[in-house]
Amino acid sequence: MASIFDRMKKVRWDHYIDYILIAVFALVLTVLSMTGNLKNSSAIIVEKIAISMILAVSLSLVVGFLGELSLGHAGFMCVGAYIGGKLSIALVAAMGNTVFAVIISMLVGGLCAAACGFLVGLPALRLKGDYLAIVTLAFGEIVKVIFQQSATFGGNLGLGTPRYDKRSFFIIELITVIITLAAVQNLIRSKHGRAITAIRDNEIAAKATGINVTGYKLAAFMISSFFAGVAGVLFSFSNSTIQATKFGYNYSIEILVIIVLGGMGSLRGSLISAALITLLNEKLRTILTGDLAVMKDLVYAVVLIAVVIYNNAPALKSFRDKYNLRRVFDKIRNPKQDHAFVRDDDAAWDRVPTKIKMDELLSVDIVPGNEFTPDKPSKGGQ
Amino acid sequence: MKIIEIIISGLNIGVIYAMIALGYTMVYGIAKLLNFAHGDIIMVGGYAICVFCAMSGSRTFFFVSIVAAVIICTVLGIVVERVAYRPLRGATPIAVLITAIGISYLLQSLAQIIFGSAQRYVTVPDLGKIMIGSLGIKWSTIITLAASVIVMVSLSLFVKYSRIGRAMIAVSEDRGASQLMGINVNIIITITFAIGSALAALAGLFYLLQSPYITNTFGAMPGIKAFTAAVIGGIGSIPGAMIGSLVLGLIESICDTIVPIAPYKDAIEFSILIIILLVKPTGLLGKVRREKV
Repeated sequence: MASIFDRMKKVRWDHYIDYILIAVFALVLTVLSMTGNLKNSSAIIVEKIAISMILAVSLSLVVGFLGELSLGHAGFMCVGAYIGGKLSIALVAAMGNTVFAVIISMLVGGLCAAACGFLVGLPALRLKGDYLAIVTLAFGEIVKVIFQQSATFGGNLGLGTPRYDKRSFFIIELITVIITLAAVQNLIRSKHGRAITAIRDNEIAAKATGINVTGYKLAAFMISSFFAGVAGVLFSFSNSTIQATKFGYNYSIEILVIIVLGGMGSLRGSLISAALITLLNEKLRTILTGDLAVMKDLVYAVVLIAVVIYNNAPALKSFRDKYNLRRVFDKIRNPKQDHAFVRDDDAAWDRVPTKIKMDELLSVDIVPGNEFTPDKPSKGGQ
Repeated sequence: MKIIEIIISGLNIGVIYAMIALGYTMVYGIAKLLNFAHGDIIMVGGYAICVFCAMSGSRTFFFVSIVAAVIICTVLGIVVERVAYRPLRGATPIAVLITAIGISYLLQSLAQIIFGSAQRYVTVPDLGKIMIGSLGIKWSTIITLAASVIVMVSLSLFVKYSRIGRAMIAVSEDRGASQLMGINVNIIITITFAIGSALAALAGLFYLLQSPYITNTFGAMPGIKAFTAAVIGGIGSIPGAMIGSLVLGLIESICDTIVPIAPYKDAIEFSILIIILLVKPTGLLGKVRREKV
């Protein structure tokens, strides 16, 4: 028994707390739903939150850890939603509206999205970051137009898809969130994840150490698109119709806002902000109507700009280092610890010390009177 | 005759894109940032013209409204640069990009709060048509083409021969070295933003001459298209932006006339962007820059 307790002590609980919280949340909701205490509207909000979480975590891999800007995340979701939706119609007809239909559609939709990610990434990732942004943006628009015009996918009216049972679908979604999180988090903490963050911090240095930059970029991009596709399939199961116009540029930006506000390179932050922003959106939708609804966007825009400037402005660096929420937490947890200490397994946006300070490496302190000259050996000896 | 019509309408769209693409490409070349809010400055210019035109229907006042729109956009461009981009100079490019997207979001939602989301009709004066043989050309098209050519030629001359223009080239080549040569980089970047935004206001005007309706997302699509044009031509290069825009404009007008592919117009244009980047990663006229460690 004692050995188990010892082992339990060694487990880094902060690595697992996200999974535990989501699992507990799912369990509580399941119990509520089975006893009939969960309102349909709340179940739908949970479904939306789960989809936002999957999207945020997958985009975070590309933007937060790889350091490339993707503006077509909704496009990949669109591919997943339409392909998975189309497939699910046939599957549901053949085997009924069961979990298996959802899983098969999810896999196929995700793989199709990943294939699109490969096609888009191949030309774009050989180029510099800005080009990736524009090519992904272009891709999102192309996908939107194609699905909107194609008669097989319902055209302008949208595709009618089978709706999964409202009372239990959120369980499947929350399990998918956990799987997505586990996949991305374990990837980041692996050797390959280190390579990805190294590319973000200094591409040339990463290349020089023998990291296959294009390969890793493409892989990260495809994994991210895969999960976006999965989120799309979940979206098609939680709606009775899907329309291409939903997956436009604005939706991609919305996901980007979520991960920027959550803190780039922090998966936990992405999860929290996905939950909060989606919840807020749903609540505000009923309060703000008509043109007032845009007040919300205005606030998001201002907050987005302020957060990015605060987090990145070179002039604010000393201020940031001094007043930092994470440092406050560290201080509470362990008051005697050296607070400049950086935990190397955090893989956070600005905390991995991979940047080499060339000035410090190359500068040599020269003591007056002790200069080295070729013909006169220095007084101080070697 | 049909072909000439297609070419003229293609050139018309192309020069409008060129006006916007020049702003993108100059800002990218000099400040090394993608100004995603550029498209929304067109929208602000459009609303400025809308408001001033609504005050008075007379033609003379229309010209006043153009001047006012240009001034408003120029000031807006400078303010955006000062507030949002300058604090981030030296930060990671992705942070600046996200701020630019934030500004675009901000301008769009502000416009929706002020003017509502409904489409507005702008009372631009109808200039009529001129008949050359059996071919009818709108005066607005001729004015757009002439004005754009004048602007593009004078901009090229300005960049090539004036002191400020040469300073711009110097800053785009090497910011650090040009600073050491006594160029005030901040002022040069501000001037670049001002010129880009003024051109955006003109683009807004030309758009309204084509179809006099405006919404708060008026500038988004032209902005993205013009950016595509700038990338096709090689971003950072002024002649590249012009050529890319004309190519894109012609493609668009050809797509418009062929009925079965007309709905896929946007998809075709963006696919061409991806294909060109595959074949020539720096665009048609872009320079290959080697990165030094």
